[in-house]
Amino acid sequence: MAPDASEGGAGRLALFTCLSAIVLAFAVAFATAIGDYRIGLGTVFLSITNELGLTGAKVAPIEQSVVWNLRLSRALVAALAGAGLAMCGAILQALLRNPLAEPFVLGVSAGASTGAVCVIVLGIGAGSLSLSLGAFAGAFAAFALVALLSNGATSGPNHTILAGVAASQLFNALTSYIVTTSGNAQQARDVMFWLLGSFGGVRWPDFQLLLGVVVVSLVICAWMARSLDAFTFGDEDAAALGVPVGRIRLILFGVTALLTATIVSMVGAIGFVGLVVPHAARYIVGPLHLRLLPACAVVGAVFMVIADIASRVIATQQTVPIGVVTALVGVPFFAIILYRARPQT
Amino acid sequence: MSVVAENLNWGVKRKAIVLGVSLTVAPGETLGLIGPNGSGKSSLLRLLAGLRRPDTGRVEINGQDIAQVSRKALSRQVAFVQQSVATDTNVTVVDVVRLGRTPHRSAFAGWSEADETSVAEALDRVDMASRRKQAWQTLSGGERQRVHIARALAQAPQVMFLDEPTNHLDIHHQIEILRMVRDLDLTSVVALHDLNLAAMFCDRIVVLQDGAVRVCGTPHTVLTRETLRDVFRVSAYVDISPYHSQPHIRFSAV
Repeated sequence: MAPDASEGGAGRLALFTCLSAIVLAFAVAFATAIGDYRIGLGTVFLSITNELGLTGAKVAPIEQSVVWNLRLSRALVAALAGAGLAMCGAILQALLRNPLAEPFVLGVSAGASTGAVCVIVLGIGAGSLSLSLGAFAGAFAAFALVALLSNGATSGPNHTILAGVAASQLFNALTSYIVTTSGNAQQARDVMFWLLGSFGGVRWPDFQLLLGVVVVSLVICAWMARSLDAFTFGDEDAAALGVPVGRIRLILFGVTALLTATIVSMVGAIGFVGLVVPHAARYIVGPLHLRLLPACAVVGAVFMVIADIASRVIATQQTVPIGVVTALVGVPFFAIILYRARPQT
Repeated sequence: MSVVAENLNWGVKRKAIVLGVSLTVAPGETLGLIGPNGSGKSSLLRLLAGLRRPDTGRVEINGQDIAQVSRKALSRQVAFVQQSVATDTNVTVVDVVRLGRTPHRSAFAGWSEADETSVAEALDRVDMASRRKQAWQTLSGGERQRVHIARALAQAPQVMFLDEPTNHLDIHHQIEILRMVRDLDLTSVVALHDLNLAAMFCDRIVVLQDGAVRVCGTPHTVLTRETLRDVFRVSAYVDISPYHSQPHIRFSAV
């Protein structure tokens, strides 16, 4: 049951915020400590404060470098990616009025994979920067197609979902076509691995870029949170409540597409976070978006950091693709949602 | 507030749905909109409420062309109650009624005393105050309808448009809702199917046929045998009810 805005809901929200901030800090610390080369939590803490210039403690340079340059940036990017995907999921579930909507419903991940495949297999451009750029371009091409097919995303939720399905099918087919006609076995493996998502190789510049995009998106979406609430009973009902429906839809679809495309181009298409986390967050803080969106961001961040830890410790000496881990956790949760959402009568 | 429509035309593709409708609603008046299925009642209501733009013609509310007013400013004056609504989101009754305050609140404004009063009064008005914490999903069709009317009231409108608000309601609540709409100190336009209820509760009635106004006036002048035969294709007897001295229609089964 939703907590009441005016009657005692604030205390619960504050408690939730504090708790989740602490949990997130611990998750990031553990993510930094755990790996093939284990580092104590104390050393982790000192390395970070050293780098921030707060302390001058003696830490082995190799450990400090691993903590700061490899693992902390990776953990923070994971947190931001989780936050961003969960927010996108919540927004799309509200706009499309569909509990099964998720960030990739607009065809963004399919487009990104086509873009990535163009780079990996066809060799358009070279190096990892252009892989990200290719994925980003592909993602936005897919979004543009969806926007075109659904009249600028203004012709109703089901129309938009169908346009997304069509775009996903088209771009998935293009990806398969390119891989089967031009790729070799190793390239196919690379593509597959990239599609399932990986935080390996992310560094501080990725973090800075993603931080900017996530913060800007969160501010825009929080600004429109009240309008999102008004979509509860559909587009026309929102219009009757004074919401400029067409403009809000277009802006929010644009923001989610930008956010998803940025994340996908950085770490691959990590599924299920955007589907599962909004439902969990709604269960905790209720359906109103001014508190749901921040809650999604925090829960998504924690979920993703923990999933990243799991992906590194499940199999010794190798990293399981992060998308496999999120799906292994996500699918049972999804089954519960389906079971709970079955028709009541 | 008065509502004035001038020569409204609206259609989808080549099919005209609203054809040259002009009408005037006086401040405080309750206007009934009746007509057979597909006569354009719902479409006309949406044009009047500014939810759709007419192809030609204009709507003025209190002397102001609504095409010139922003959505948000308009919805502080005008509320619209849809025929039937649904959601998959798990919301409570009070959550839904609170949505009615949306046009009165800025993006981050807190919940004010005035907001709370409007919501409480609106819930009282439709007799749902004791159910404020109940999940919307568990309400019956009629209760949902009342909650939506409460939401419209929380909007504190001066004009209210209702699209068949008595659908799903039992006869007690049909009469209750329409009496409330009539007694409210605001201008309202109500699309109705039940001709006797329209006769009982509307000051004036507009009869639509194929998107155009067939006849408009008080229930006495509009609800005649001839109109019922030509527009609704029924044969009926119309006499004056001894209870409320409005026309009372009895339908012939032949």
